[in-house]
Amino acid sequence: MPTVTPYDFDEYVELATFINNQPVFALVDGTVHFPLSPNKTVQANKGLLSATLSQDGNSILTGGEDGRVMRVVNDAAEVVSEQKGKWIDVIASGPNGAVGFASGRTAWVVANNEIKQFDHERAVEGLAFAPKGLRLACGRYNGVTLHWVVGNGAPVDLHWGGAHTQVIYSPDGKYIVSSMAENALHGWRMDDKKSGDVKHMRMAGYPTKPKSLSWSANGKWLASSGSQAAICWPFSGKDGPIGKVPKGFGARDDSMVVCVACHPTEDVVAVGYIDGMVMAVKMADGSEALLRHPGKGPISSLSWDAGGTRIVFGSEEGEAGLIDVSE
Amino acid sequence: MSEARTPVTVLTGYLGSGKTTLLNRILSEDHGKKYAVIVNEFGEIGIDNDLIVESDEEIYEMNNGCVCCTVRGDLVRVVQGLLKRKGRFDGILVETTGLADPAPVAQTFFMDDDVRAKAQLDAVVGLVDAKHFPLRLKDAPEAEDQVAFADVVILNKVDLVSVDELEKLRATVRKINPHAIIHTAERSNIALDQVLDRGSFDLDRILEDDPHFLHAHDHDHPDHECGPSCDHNHSDGAAHSHAHSHEHDCGPDCNHEDHKLDASTHDTTVKSISLRAGEMNRDLFFSWINKLTQIDGPDILRLKGIVAFPGDDDRFVVQGVHMIVEGDHQRPWKADEKRETRMVFIGRNLDREKIERTFNACVAA
Ligand SMILES: [Zn+2]
Ligand SMILES: [Zn+2]
Ligand SMILES: [Zn+2]
Ligand SMILES: [Zn+2]
Repeated sequence: MPTVTPYDFDEYVELATFINNQPVFALVDGTVHFPLSPNKTVQANKGLLSATLSQDGNSILTGGEDGRVMRVVNDAAEVVSEQKGKWIDVIASGPNGAVGFASGRTAWVVANNEIKQFDHERAVEGLAFAPKGLRLACGRYNGVTLHWVVGNGAPVDLHWGGAHTQVIYSPDGKYIVSSMAENALHGWRMDDKKSGDVKHMRMAGYPTKPKSLSWSANGKWLASSGSQAAICWPFSGKDGPIGKVPKGFGARDDSMVVCVACHPTEDVVAVGYIDGMVMAVKMADGSEALLRHPGKGPISSLSWDAGGTRIVFGSEEGEAGLIDVSE
Repeated sequence: MSEARTPVTVLTGYLGSGKTTLLNRILSEDHGKKYAVIVNEFGEIGIDNDLIVESDEEIYEMNNGCVCCTVRGDLVRVVQGLLKRKGRFDGILVETTGLADPAPVAQTFFMDDDVRAKAQLDAVVGLVDAKHFPLRLKDAPEAEDQVAFADVVILNKVDLVSVDELEKLRATVRKINPHAIIHTAERSNIALDQVLDRGSFDLDRILEDDPHFLHAHDHDHPDHECGPSCDHNHSDGAAHSHAHSHEHDCGPDCNHEDHKLDASTHDTTVKSISLRAGEMNRDLFFSWINKLTQIDGPDILRLKGIVAFPGDDDRFVVQGVHMIVEGDHQRPWKADEKRETRMVFIGRNLDREKIERTFNACVAA
């Protein structure tokens, strides 16, 4: 049976994850909590708007209402960049400590002790580094712009009408997927770039916005929230999900999936619901394991540890917990 | 999730209408409440305050490129960010640029599910520069839209105009928007409780505290003597105030004050249509309102109404912006209250004959 160690923070949990195998919770008031550490709390920002795990797993990166981008480790927080008067509402981590962040119509990259600025005509709502870190994808109104992080190559525009609010690369870098304001995902297949073509994929049918996205091990599936089940699109074939039907896991008639997190090595997806319930579902046979009963509010963040034996979650109402699924 | 939604006030007004002065008052006066203010540029606001958020206007088309189905994408993000911390603000104020169309701002609070779960449009407040508004009407359609859209209109800087000019201005505003609540001010010295927490978009209060609605439009011209060729809808029994539509053909013995002013207000293109009937057939009414807003939505700036359905003990209230309509049961009809349906449309190019005819076709048998 899984065991749950509950925590109560009384503030919206923006990010629940692990640093060096230790649970960490970043709250919207700007505090970062390490409940298993002797030094339990670090103040990262005055008002926190965005947070993500660094790619090496040793720190989290946060963006705040104070215009600061911070790197937080167990007992300290350091300023990565400061943009006075700006709200840092999007953040992304890249290889070798690279940090991408955005405010309004501007995106920045801090890499190799340099800062680079990318201006856009419309607000940047989503950010993602390509797997090798050479490019930064900026989701915006009517598409995605790909910038070169190193050098001065011309950016590439991927057009698709509508508001793109989040963007991610597939682990192999072949696909870029955005979540849209109109209850759909949009994908571009990037391996045709020599011919200049990109293949479009429209993944629609969600009753609400699919805001949480997670790639399964080796990029076989893309799991998404926004429906009564975790909607998983198959990406293992040559054409990705084109012409294929997605699978739904952990379906509940009376609830809505708001958070998904795929297991680091196996085809298992952790599913968080709008009523605070958490389940784990095996993709092979759809078998479900209840990990947490419903609580006070929607699950806002959900992550596995590197070994795939523990899960942390946080909710909009500040409830959080550490779930041990190792038996 | 059943907690009260945070009220949002939208402040519109042309350059020089006094918006900044009003914002500064809201941020600095001791009114016991905490408002977050979303502005396009910090620039003009002299106060350094962490309750002010700068946000670039991002218009997003939401419905396959329909030009009227737009939201402010930046507000979706900022409002959600502001409301993640519970109890942090008593309300949010959105300042729009002088040239802004108020519709995308208002529609954000209806079309985006995440926003509407947490925030609720309270009122659109339009500031009007009393001295320059007649000029604005000639050169800027946005100025007229802002008045057409407003729940509350503040005629500001009235100390700079004569009594006559003020009355003409009032008539012009009434002509564009007969149902707005009008206040006058000098240097934006309006009582803040007339601006904040109005509940104008709240379905529970719709039309309730709108004195003009009850009489279709209330000219309040006591020396008017109605004659045989005056075709007011005198059936409006409410008090003495003879409600009538603006499209009536006035006769020689009709001495409306506002008609004498028409020469100076011919620059308005927005008109309103007030409708009144008995109980409505439920199915016919819903298919009518849906069809009308789908087809004529781009021309409809605002609509509001109270609907009576046979066998339904509750008043049903509707309101809308362009193609968006929402409705809900409000409260039981009172024993001494006449069960009737009243609606108003404010917009451009509205076909009065068609709207009246199709509305009347929905009356319950
Ligand atoms: Zn439309
Ligand atoms: Zn008359
Ligand atoms: Zn009259
Ligand atoms: Zn008249």
